Formats: sequence, C-alpha cells, structure tokens
Amino acid sequence: MRFLPTSDTIRGQMLADLGLNHADELFSHIPEYCRLQRPLAIPPGQSEAEIVRYFRQAAAANAPGFASFLGAGAYHHFRPAHIDMLAGRGEWFTAYTPYQPEISQGTLQSIFEFQTMVCQLTGQEVANAGVYDGSTALHEACMMAARITGRSQLVVARTIHPQYREVLHTLTRYRDFPLVEVGYAADGRLDATALAAAVSASTAAVAVQSPNFFGTIEEWQAAAAAAHAHGALLIAVVTDPVSLGLLPPPAADGDDGVDIVAMEMQGFGIPVGFGGPYAGVLATREKFVRNLPGRLVGEARDREGRRGFVLTLSTREQHIRREKATSNICTNEALCVLMASIFMATYGPEGLRELALQNLSKAAYAAQALQAAGAEVLFPAPRFHEFVVRLKTPLETLQPVLTRERIIAGLALARHYPELGNALLVCVTETATRADIDRLVGLLTKP
Amino acid sequence: MNPLPSRAARHIVQNEPLLFEVSAPGKRGSQLAPLDVPIAAPPAVRGAIAGFPELSELEVIRHYTRLSTWNYGVDTGLYPLGSCTMKYNARVNELVSRLEGLGDAHPLQPEHLSRGALAIMQQLSRDLLEITGMAAITLQPAAGAQGELTGILMIRAALSARGDARRTVLIPDSAHGTNPATAAIAGYQVQNLKSNPDGTVDMSDLNRLMNGEVAALMLTNPNTLGIFEEDIHRIADLVHERGGLLYMDGANMNALVGRSRPGDFGVDVMHLNLHKTFSTPHGGGGPGSGPVAVKRELEPFLPIPVLVTRHDGGDDGRPDLDYARPHSIGRVRAFHGNFGMFTRALAYIMANGCDGLKQTTEDAVLNANYLRQKLEGDYAIAYATPSMHEVVLSDALQAPHGVHTGDIAKRLIDYGFHPYTVSFPLVVRGAMMIEPTESASRADLDDFIAAMRAIAEEARTQPELVTSAPHTTKISRLDEAAAARRPILRWRPA
Amino acid sequence: MDYPKQYRYTKEHEWVDLDGSTAKIGITDFAQQQLGDIVFAELPAVGTVLRSGQAFATVESVKAVSEVFAPLEGTVAEVNAEVAQHPERLNSHPHDTWLITATVSHPSAVNQLMDAAAYQQFLAASSDSSAH
Repeated sequence: MRFLPTSDTIRGQMLADLGLNHADELFSHIPEYCRLQRPLAIPPGQSEAEIVRYFRQAAAANAPGFASFLGAGAYHHFRPAHIDMLAGRGEWFTAYTPYQPEISQGTLQSIFEFQTMVCQLTGQEVANAGVYDGSTALHEACMMAARITGRSQLVVARTIHPQYREVLHTLTRYRDFPLVEVGYAADGRLDATALAAAVSASTAAVAVQSPNFFGTIEEWQAAAAAAHAHGALLIAVVTDPVSLGLLPPPAADGDDGVDIVAMEMQGFGIPVGFGGPYAGVLATREKFVRNLPGRLVGEARDREGRRGFVLTLSTREQHIRREKATSNICTNEALCVLMASIFMATYGPEGLRELALQNLSKAAYAAQALQAAGAEVLFPAPRFHEFVVRLKTPLETLQPVLTRERIIAGLALARHYPELGNALLVCVTETATRADIDRLVGLLTKP
Repeated sequence: MNPLPSRAARHIVQNEPLLFEVSAPGKRGSQLAPLDVPIAAPPAVRGAIAGFPELSELEVIRHYTRLSTWNYGVDTGLYPLGSCTMKYNARVNELVSRLEGLGDAHPLQPEHLSRGALAIMQQLSRDLLEITGMAAITLQPAAGAQGELTGILMIRAALSARGDARRTVLIPDSAHGTNPATAAIAGYQVQNLKSNPDGTVDMSDLNRLMNGEVAALMLTNPNTLGIFEEDIHRIADLVHERGGLLYMDGANMNALVGRSRPGDFGVDVMHLNLHKTFSTPHGGGGPGSGPVAVKRELEPFLPIPVLVTRHDGGDDGRPDLDYARPHSIGRVRAFHGNFGMFTRALAYIMANGCDGLKQTTEDAVLNANYLRQKLEGDYAIAYATPSMHEVVLSDALQAPHGVHTGDIAKRLIDYGFHPYTVSFPLVVRGAMMIEPTESASRADLDDFIAAMRAIAEEARTQPELVTSAPHTTKISRLDEAAAARRPILRWRPA
Repeated sequence: MDYPKQYRYTKEHEWVDLDGSTAKIGITDFAQQQLGDIVFAELPAVGTVLRSGQAFATVESVKAVSEVFAPLEGTVAEVNAEVAQHPERLNSHPHDTWLITATVSHPSAVNQLMDAAAYQQFLAASSDSSAH
C-alpha cells in the first residue's frame, strides 16, 4: 500500500470526523446483495522488485534482441533517448486533457506545434490533435467524407492495411455505408481501371494507402482525379510518416489533390510496443474543418494581449453535441503525439529526408539480394521500405531455423491475400544492418 | 489575496517561443549511422518541407522541458477532477512497459515469440474479470469511448442474433457525452431518461420508456453525481424482463473495486477505463484503454482475435489468439489494443493486490466524504444522497454575487490546485464535481478545503477577484470566442 | 433590449418579420443571452424547404450548440452572409441580424405565433418555473 498517503491513525481520525466507526459504514447505503463479501482472488500487494522480475520474465518469453523484418503498420525506427526522458516528465504524462488552458499551456502549445508540423509534412491545410491510431483514423475520415458529401458509398483499395479495412467494416456494420473494395494491378499498385469503374455519383470517398500494404508507391494525383471526377473525396492513408521525409506528400494541391489524410504516427518515435498505444492524425482542407472530428488547438489572446493556446471549435465534439457529435472520440493520444513531435523537432527536414532515404535504400538492397539469390520478388512498381517476396518453402517450415538464428523474417500474407501463395511481406528500416539483411537473405533462400 | 495554504505555491513562468520561431536553417538534432548499403534512387522526391523546425538536440530538450513547466500534473499536486480519477501513476509501471522484449515487441511477431506479451494480457484479463464479476473480456478498444462503442455493437449483434433488432438506447440525463454519441454511431436513437430528486434513475420514467424497442440502458454506476444506484437490481430486472440489456459505463469503478462487482448486480456489458481506475497515465489527453467485459451470453460477439487459453500441454494452459469466431462483431482497432497500458494496469494491480485495491477504494470514498462534510455550508450540496468517490457541489450560494463555478475553478488555480470538473453533470446548474481520489492525503484535503473556504469568502467580499482569476499564471483568461470565430490552427511564417 | 412590436415570436426563441409573403427570421435577445458569445452559425442553402417546427440552422457559442427551428413553412430565399463573417452581431444586434429570409407558403400562419407582449409574458413565466 505504498502508494496511499493515509495512515491507519489518520483514517480513524477522518472516520471519526464523519461520525463513523468503520470504513464499512461508508458503503452501508449500497444494498447488501451488491456488496462483495469476500476478498478478491488476487494475490496481496507485491514489491517493486517482484513486479520487475515478473515483467522481465515475460519480456524474455517474447523476442528480445531479435532482428525483425516485420512492418505492416508498425515500424521499428530508432528512438532517440531524450524522447522517453522528456515524455517521462510528470508534468507531461500525469496531466489531464488541457481543459484549463491557464495551467496547460505546455500541452496546448506542443499540440499546436504538432498540428503545424503535420500540415507542413503532408501539404494539408489543417490537422487535428490526434486520434487513436491509423485504423480508427481511416474510419473517422470516411465518416467525415460522408458528412461533407452527403453520400454513403465508400470505395476502398484492397491494398490498404487489412486490419484497417476490418476496423472500417466493424465500425460501419449497423449503418448504411456500402463498402466496395478495389483490387491491385500486376505492378502492385491500385487497379486504375477497376477504380474508375467503382466510383460513381453515390461515392462519398475513395481511400488509398501509399506506400500501400505491399510497400509500393501510389500516385496521389491519379487517385484524386478518379475520385473528383464523380464528386467524391480522396482519403490518403499513410501508415509510416517516415515515408513523407522523401516521397511526394498527400497534399491538398489546390482542389486537385488529396482531401483528407488519415495517418499513423507510430513511426515517429512511438514504441512499437506490441501494437499500442499509437497515435493517428487527420489532416484536411481548411474548408472542411467543422467536419473534422477530434480535438483542435487554436491560438488565442489573453486579457493583456499575450499569445496563448486553447482547445477550440469544441462544439463539434461529444461533450457538447452529444448524440449529434462528429464522433464519440474524446482522446487525442496526447502523450504519443508528444513523442512524435519531439521526434520531428529532433530530426528536422534534413534528418527526415536522410532517414527515409536510408529506409528506401536498405529495402532496395534486400529486395535485390533476395532476387539475386533466386527468390521471387513480386510487384515491379517503385517501393519504399517494404516489399513482397514469394518463398519456395513455406514460412512455417523455415520458422524453427529463423527462431534459432533470432530473426523475425516478415509477415506471411496467406491469411489476407491467399492468391499470392507463399508470400512474405518484408520491411527493412534503418535499424537493420547489412549483416542482418544478408543473414535473412541466406536463410530465406537456402535450398 | 488570502495567504496561500501551507504547501501550495505559485506557478513557474518562463517564456519559450514556438519551435518554428527558435528554428534556424542548417541545424539538426539527429545523426544517423552511415548507410552500409548502396544509395538507391527514389522514384520521385518531394519538395522541401517548408517551415519544418531545425534545432539542435539541446534546444529540443530545453523547449519541451520549459513547456512542461506550464503544465499541472498529478505529480504537481491535488487534481480533484471529478469522473477523471486523477490518481498517482507509479514509476515502476513506466519502467516495465519499456523493457526490451515488451516495449519493442512487434504486434505481428509469431505467437511462439509473443508468449510473454500474451501472458500479460491473460493475467490482466483474469484480474479484471475477478474485479468486475463478468465472464469474458476484450482488451482491444483504444479508450473508454471506443469501449462503449464496442459494447453497444455487441449488444446490437446479440439482439440481431435473437431476431429482435431494436432501435433505441436509454441514457440518463446525467451521463457523459460519449454515451449518446456512441449510441448514435452504433445506429441507435437516443432516448433520455430523467433523474429523480435523489439524483438516481427515475423508476417510473424507466418503467414508462423501457419498451420493446429499447435495446439497452446505458448506466454509469456510481453515476456521474457520485451516487450509487440503490435500485440497481430493480433497474436490471426491468430492463431484462422487457428484453433489453444493461450496459454499464465503468468510469467510476474506483468507487467499487474490491467492494462491489457489476457482474453481481445485473450488468450485461461494461467497459473499464484503465487510465482512470487502474492508474495508467492520462498523458495530457491520452492514450487511454477501454477493455469491455461481458456476461457469458455475449461472449460469441467479442471482437477478434479473442485471447483464449489452450490446454494442449501439461501445464495450466497457454494463451493463444482465436480468430475463428463466426459471430464476432469484428475488429475495432488494429493489432491488440493499447498493450502499453495493459502492462501498466497489471503492474498497478500487482502492486496493490487484493488488500491494497480494497483499501484504495475505501480511501477514495473516505476522502470524498471528508471533503463533502467540510465544504458543506460554504457550498451547496447538489443532492442529499450519500456520496461515493466524488461529490457534486454547486455554485448556488456564490451565483447571487455573480461568481460562478467556472470562476471558482479559475481561482483555485491561484491557490495552487487544479480545478474540479466544471459545469458537469449537466443536470446540476453550476456544478462543481470533485473527486479527490485515494492519492490525496489529509493534508492535501485540508489545504484544498482552506482554499475553497477562502474563495467562498472572496466571492462574498470581493467577487471581482474571483471572476477575473487566475492572476498568477503564465497567461490570464483567453478570449475563446475570438479564437473560435476566426480559428488559427497552425503557425505560418510572418 | 426591446422586442420589436411588428415581429412575431416562437417558444423556441425565434423572431419573424413578415412582409407580404417574405419573412425575415432570426433569434431573439433572450436566445443570444442563453447561448453567450456566438462564434458560428450554420445556415441552410437557398432553396431549402422549411417545415414548421423543424430545425433549419444551428447557432454555436464556445460551449453550446442551439438549433434554430422554422417558425413557418416555406422556402429559403436568402441567407445572410454577414452572419458568417461576423457571428458576434447575433449577440450585439439580435433583432436586426436576420439569419435567412424565406418565401412563406401560408402567411396567415404567422398569427398563431406570439406577439411581443405575449412573448415577454412567456419569458417571465418560464423563468419563474425553471428556478431550481
């Protein structure tokens, strides 16, 4: 009970102040049948040393120190030491949502800076303060597009992360949002003909991911033209923001570009952490801001004319509009947003460019090496840091050797893309050394 | 101004421009290892990222350190924000969540290399089921509001499977705004339910509205007034008799852990907020985590994958992920949910244990009642009904002087405290919702009481001092109306 | 603030200034006081059909949203662009700042609305009963 600041003596005095003899009397108005009459079946409180031991054992039962070539929406990038040291300050991580701006200017200013950096990076006009993650960001973007266009059909590329599409299916299942999936062409990119055929006057949005789930790079302008031809909006899904250090961004481009960006920020300094917590973000055109869900921070002036920051346009949100709100979301993953902000400020434009180039170069090296060793690398279109390779031997057969060699080779695609056969999605980031890559190539292509 | 309570102090003030204003071309705070493979040519390259900050590492550290000093956290002092449960966030929780093997585990790594992570999820699931008295659980929802949505979607799926699709969800007028927003997103119409003069569900209103079109009643217990719904059994029976299900918003579980279990009083589906009851940090607005626990009959509808225990070996079973769930509502979030919050919540439960969890609940309720007793007289108590872990006061005694709940909240800042929750719940005019949690010592409470009494006195004698507060912060009250009329949502170069 | 004598009023705090079959519609001084500083008004498109008693616009303050209900049946003829630019005028000059003008289908229906005296009586009565 080392967390509790009240001693038994003081408890007794406080109870006496209330005219009570025993703490049970505090609960006497709870009907008897609602009261638990036994201790919880949970062991008594444990020391910090015991807790650390338990979690160290659990960590050891995972894959500590393995070389990992897994990506697929969660990316291993190096996290500078000061990210955790700064985010570990109690003023950041033990604060609440900044509803009281006078004592929350730190959080508010950092979010304003985050919104600005996301706009600069994406070429969009406004960005929100964050949503849960990339998968839920896609859902929010689709709902936003439906509100703006007054339409309901959603056209979704099959090369969007399969789990993102599953989330979209779940969260729309009892409302009338017909989903149409558009497949991919032989080069690994969106099938443009199928897309043109799928979009109609009832389409609210076309959603496209780039780099897509196979790692190949899509062309935003072409997708935007296909959507806009029928008055639909284009939603751009980005699963690793590191790609924007180098690749053409999903910019608004006047009226010709992307209308809504749904991005996962994890790649920017947020731990891979077995899948969460992460942070998603939505960015869009200024004219759509009142349909944007989630928190927004704006600049304001105080009585003396000093600059400050405040949560604004709150009437979009659930705590005011209740059942008519743009969304039920009420968190912005602020601590993860802070980590991403520190990462962006640390790398800067030149650092991000170099980081992205290293990722692209290492993946290109790995793909070439696999091909040279006789493996079949699928999809010729340009790629970022992921690619698909078809194995001669099923991954399960190779798994014991890979595990012994402490390598996680990538993601088997059979569950979501059975038509690709024995295919593996491989991700190579700056964290993989040339020696790691060479070992991977050797193990995957061993006759 | 009245003297400050003994342990409170004014806030640190330091200036720090925006990142973009301290940036200068050519600086960078990062260095990469040399590229050990040939440079590849990108297919297309973007233009410069206009305006993006360029800083050295030390400047980044100073920037975020200075900004942090303008915040107020649980580490700074008493944080009596009602319904938010701002309790101590233990440092060991942070340490274990960052261990190599956990903090860097990939959510898609093979299950035989995820045993430790799955074991943590399994242990947390078992403990949460024991605490709630429910039968099955999903940890996947990213936050409380997403937990609500998951729960309501499961209710919809279960009723549809019965062939009894219904149209409406009943929600008390004291509920948090996410409840109606969630019901609407799940495709339901929202019907408001009145509170009675005790601040609890009005049974006659419930009796009138609970018909064959009502899928569920969404109830918070204790409710947002800090009051336990004493008729909970009659409420549950009425809802069940008429074919509906009872959803419980677990926002206020800090009043119940170890003392009372929703599964024992008729709840069918509920969510927990790990960032409230189980001490995962609020982080300035997230991440949260919103596990959803259900009764056995709703288990088939849990989101996939479902964490199960396989008894294929000799030991007490190994955790595994089950995707073969034909009735599942599907996935509500990518990957496994906010796993980093699972480690922290489990560490909290282990540190407290059965004894500490029960004591925690008692102290939380004791503290709220202590505040209530000491502040009664200086402030109006909204409801005479006994309080659990939070108490709702109102500004009824101060309003005649032109001083309202928002003003008193701002003045509390001058006395060194974070304000209570302002103007919520909506059923109380001028609400002041105070939840001290078990983390407040008696000395903290006495300081807070002294500040509240001093403000009550100021409201009578010099109300303008209160209505223009705060006076000691980096900035004074901001013109929120001007900010909303012509929003500036990003920095642009001058 | 005065409630103009020639206007008619609703229980939802809209005013109507009818001239022939054209009605200017706005919100009353009481409504703006209840909302506080108004920051935004979402107005319908020209040509939108108004159904009596149904919401056709929303008015927002920093922390509240209020729907504006159609007092009469008709069609939206004009939308006041000045409200979008300067929503604060709804606070400072509520009775001079119309939201829309409408071509009204049944002008005589205006007689079922309250006149200024009746509306002020209605305000006085409701403030007594809502004291909590």
